[in-house]
Amino acid sequence: MTTKVKAAIIGSGNIGTDLLYKALRSDVIEPVWMVGIDPDSEGLKRAKELGLKTTADGVQGMEPHIVDDKVRIAWDATSAYVHESNNELVKKYGVKMVDLTPAAIGPFCVPPVNLQEMVGRAVQNVNMVTCGGQATIPMVAAVSRVQPVEYAEIIATVSSKSAGPGTRKNIDEFTRTTAKGVEVVGGADRGKAIIIINPAEPPLMMRDTIHCLTKDAPKEQEIIESAQQMIAEVQKYVPGYSLKNGPVFDGNRVSFFMEVEGLGDFLPKYAGNLDIMTAAGLRTAELIAEEIQRAEAA
Amino acid sequence: MNLEGKKVTLHDMSLRDGMHPQRHQLTAEQMVQVATALDAAGVPLIEVTHGDGLGGASVNYGFPAASDEEYLRAVVPRMKRAKISALLIPGIGTVDHLRMAHDCGVRTIRVATHCTEADVSEQHIVLGAKMEMDTVGFLMMAHMIEPEQLLEQAKLMQGYGANCIYVTDSAGYMLPDHVTAHVGHLREKLNADVEVGFHGHHNLHLGIANSLAAVEAGAARVDGSVAGMGAGAGNTPLEVFVAVLHRMGVETGVDMWKLMDVAEEIVYPMMTHKVRVDRDSLTLGYAGVYSSFLLHAKRAAEKYGLKSTDILVELGRLKTVGGQEDMIEDVALDMKKAGAQE
Repeated sequence: MTTKVKAAIIGSGNIGTDLLYKALRSDVIEPVWMVGIDPDSEGLKRAKELGLKTTADGVQGMEPHIVDDKVRIAWDATSAYVHESNNELVKKYGVKMVDLTPAAIGPFCVPPVNLQEMVGRAVQNVNMVTCGGQATIPMVAAVSRVQPVEYAEIIATVSSKSAGPGTRKNIDEFTRTTAKGVEVVGGADRGKAIIIINPAEPPLMMRDTIHCLTKDAPKEQEIIESAQQMIAEVQKYVPGYSLKNGPVFDGNRVSFFMEVEGLGDFLPKYAGNLDIMTAAGLRTAELIAEEIQRAEAA
Repeated sequence: MNLEGKKVTLHDMSLRDGMHPQRHQLTAEQMVQVATALDAAGVPLIEVTHGDGLGGASVNYGFPAASDEEYLRAVVPRMKRAKISALLIPGIGTVDHLRMAHDCGVRTIRVATHCTEADVSEQHIVLGAKMEMDTVGFLMMAHMIEPEQLLEQAKLMQGYGANCIYVTDSAGYMLPDHVTAHVGHLREKLNADVEVGFHGHHNLHLGIANSLAAVEAGAARVDGSVAGMGAGAGNTPLEVFVAVLHRMGVETGVDMWKLMDVAEEIVYPMMTHKVRVDRDSLTLGYAGVYSSFLLHAKRAAEKYGLKSTDILVELGRLKTVGGQEDMIEDVALDMKKAGAQE
């Protein structure tokens, strides 16, 4: 039996902790380290109880153990501000990085669209765009693989409780990074992203609207089939990803109305926006791990 | 009510909020025509942007006849006394838009968030204040929370550097007593050098009454719109408000006679959708729904064979907030499905 590839989670907040639960179920990855900066954080406590090594001294706290503990992959679930220095540190030890912050040093990765391509390129650092990007870019790509899309616009609505301080403090990062992902990975000539935070109680499920303006009249049947296949691909790692309404065809406009229910591992089910990030981050890391296993077997 | 001797700065919304009933199709020439006439009438502040603020051009809200930059570059240099403001809703517009507006000569920036989400405005308010702009925090749908909660959010904006905070009745739902409580509480608890403002909608025909309540409670700035051209049943009709304020001995610096000519001769004839209290805009005010949803709901109702008032009531029940225009077609599709099953 092949041994699992060892990995570290940097960041012990909501995202890092949710990722921990998902990673523990993986067949190819074994999370061995959880890195935080607050010794009292819930995430570090839970990680310790679950048998991981932990440090509250940031990546420097883990640095002396990276080689001995065979850490090959790291997820960064901290913030865009510190991602670069975290990445520089682990890179020295040949660790591959899956970046869940909006720092976007490395190329964007949206698993059902370009994960294979990403792994083939053997890049050291891949970026997971944004939660809104993970939830919408697949649908833009589902249309653009059928025919040219001149413009795509996504509107992500998340509950107040699921929008963390990092997102709020730098909301422009979300709109810019997502819009860029809609273009680069989604395949639209021009992209636009809008985010809405809604405080309703009980918290609403993440919803996403995707509008594509096709260059020529939309090929309705082909788009419907392509969209169904794409949704099935996303559902492999986010079972609660669903088409609520649409596609609506109105002239050259093609619109999808999606809902994203999370698995509820650590974060509540309504926080589909956070869940889709952690699930996509795990899926990406698993493919990198399989690549590592293959290289070592050879 | 005695307002004798009070001063209030009036802010015209026809070229921003008025973009909603015009489906964002006002041309740059029309904007120049209205703005120069408002300037000549002595209106001190005039907002010019897409109805949903800088960067609002989209499938979701509507593509405008010209870009924000084209509008601003056309209007700003033509002003003799009036200042031009711009609206920015974080999540839609970014600091890049803010810099662009500043470059066009805009010196008043109004950063708008839902009333409970003020912390998304930090980047934009900090930058506005840093560029020494008149920086305003605009708390939308203020009817949804209590004065104490609104104050917490207002204090965040004050902390980022806003020099004026607005109580914004986006749904035209508030009654005069609510306005008194909200504005009064902010006036009492915010720093003395931070102004308080009020932005009303006329959906229950309370634009004037609510604005008077705001002035009495300490608002130093009040929004209105010449001929009432704004979302829903419009904003507080500015020429009417000026007439009432003058009767009550409040100084505005605006020439009422000239302003009523602007309304009658320029703005009313321009309206492609006659702004009034119809059953849909009345529903907005009664159910507490974001005023800009009006025409979107009318269109969805027509397209899917539904009643627009039903769609609006459902949007209110779902506690939608400003900017969620994408929910309108979604809700209409749900209602159509449910109708087909019956």
